[in-house]
Amino acid sequence: MRNVIVIFKKELNSYFTSPIAYLLLAIFAVIFGFFFYSALRFYLEQTMFAQMRGGGAPIDVNEWVIRPLLTNASVIGLFLIPMITMRLYAEEKRSGTIELLMTSPVRDLEIILGKWLAALVLYLCIIGIAALNISILFAFGHPDWKPILVGFFGLLLQGGCLLAIGIFISTMTKNQIIAGGATFAVCLMLWVLDWVSAYDQSAWAKVIAYLSVVTHFDPFSKGVLDSKDIVFYCSMIFFGLFLTARSVESLRWRA
Amino acid sequence: MIKVEGLSKRYARTLAVDDISFEVEKGQIVGFLGPNGAGKTTTMRVLTCFLPPTSGTAKISGFDVLEQALEVKRHIGYLPETPPLYPDMEVQDYLTFVGRLKGLSSSDLAKRVLDVCERCAILDVKNKLIGKLSKGYRQRVGLAQAILHNPDVLILDEPTSGLDPKQIIETRELIRSLAGDHTIILSTHILSEVEHSCERVIIINQGKLVAEDTVVNLTNRLRGSESVAVEIAASNGNLDQAAVRQRLEQVAGVSRVVLKDTKDNHCVFEIESLQGRSVRADVARAIVSSGWDLNELRPVGISLEDIFLQLTAAEKSGKAELVEKKVEVKA
Repeated sequence: MRNVIVIFKKELNSYFTSPIAYLLLAIFAVIFGFFFYSALRFYLEQTMFAQMRGGGAPIDVNEWVIRPLLTNASVIGLFLIPMITMRLYAEEKRSGTIELLMTSPVRDLEIILGKWLAALVLYLCIIGIAALNISILFAFGHPDWKPILVGFFGLLLQGGCLLAIGIFISTMTKNQIIAGGATFAVCLMLWVLDWVSAYDQSAWAKVIAYLSVVTHFDPFSKGVLDSKDIVFYCSMIFFGLFLTARSVESLRWRA
Repeated sequence: MIKVEGLSKRYARTLAVDDISFEVEKGQIVGFLGPNGAGKTTTMRVLTCFLPPTSGTAKISGFDVLEQALEVKRHIGYLPETPPLYPDMEVQDYLTFVGRLKGLSSSDLAKRVLDVCERCAILDVKNKLIGKLSKGYRQRVGLAQAILHNPDVLILDEPTSGLDPKQIIETRELIRSLAGDHTIILSTHILSEVEHSCERVIIINQGKLVAEDTVVNLTNRLRGSESVAVEIAASNGNLDQAAVRQRLEQVAGVSRVVLKDTKDNHCVFEIESLQGRSVRADVARAIVSSGWDLNELRPVGISLEDIFLQLTAAEKSGKAELVEKKVEVKA
């Protein structure tokens, strides 16, 4: 555990001493800010129309503003995650520092967990910006906070699972651009897999659609905490980290 | 301390290390010598648990590199060919990180880092980014990293590559000062380095162990016989070279006399003794008793360079000799 923390601190430090963290935070802040503004304006238009037509119940903020925003955040995350993970192993392999890590009295799994946790914390900081934006809503209205919490929990799980896959891909190459590109491709595929369900209802299509990370995020964005989705994300995280461990071990044998 | 038995390492197509066995005693400095691509780095990587051996075993402080890797890693300090540095970290932060990684407790860590910085002469750059350091400084930070946790065994892969002559001397001094407490294996393809800092040499070529011995023994073994250079002059100014040669050849135990150099009234001979005979005293007596002046008498050592070339070129020259013989036969 101590070793995990040592690696974790070092990785987090190197995110924040290099421009990577700030760049990612800035990208997310700008894009999410735009989405937030648009969603809010759209919501205001809708409530204005509703009032002009003679009222009725006020439109639900959670359903009309926060839910689409959380989905947006998960999609932006999909684009940023490759940039978080691509350097984790590729850089060590390129610069030779992998020899330091692998000849230190530290288990491979401890290194992997440390790196993954550091990436997860950076990802948390990024979606923290989304939380900051959404918290503004509390100043002017009364959104229900529990679904929001569930939504962020979902974001975290989804991020964790894509980060685990990203680390795995990063172990396979010395080249950060290849690692980033491949991770992006995989993330994108995992996102669009659920489109299959739009034109095919066979068992295969269901299996493929089930693998889509977005299908499983939808309940979270609604504020539904479904064990099936939690299990899906957790097993994806486990699977990703397991593959990473195998791949790191095979580095020794392939060399 | 280090025990290697029948070690082989095969990459996909090439056999990088082929059945190497050797032992290193505690506190020794051993030079690992070989031309580029001989398998030095591979052997070191096996010893540091970075690569698993294909067959054979290697033990460090009694721990097997395959079975007890974690224990082995605790006992070694390793400086790879390219120092494993993070360019975006400051030297002190980097060493602190490595210290934690090696399991040093936080209480002595700060002091230990400063100690090591002083020892490797990098105190003046301890707050600089590693990326901004020159090659020599980086190499020394790499060395600092390797000795940080005071390991029993130090494995240094070409520790002086890329340093300027002054730094090379300083690094050698540093390495020598580390011997005693530490067992050190250092690889190099620079021969003088081994002669300067190592007690024992292991020479490998094309993955095979060619020779393993102390520097002194290796020199003697290859030479077998003693060779002496003598400078002789005649006091009256007329030196009869033929007479001198004849006299020298009569000395018991002398196998060969070669005239190396002649100046006005003195000449230099190189005398080779028979296997295992020492002829210096007799030669000196013979010269003096014959009325000549003995200006100089010194043993001619064989340099490691010669040994190295002899050993690594053994196969080639063997073939060359055969060819020569054939030519002779035809002629």
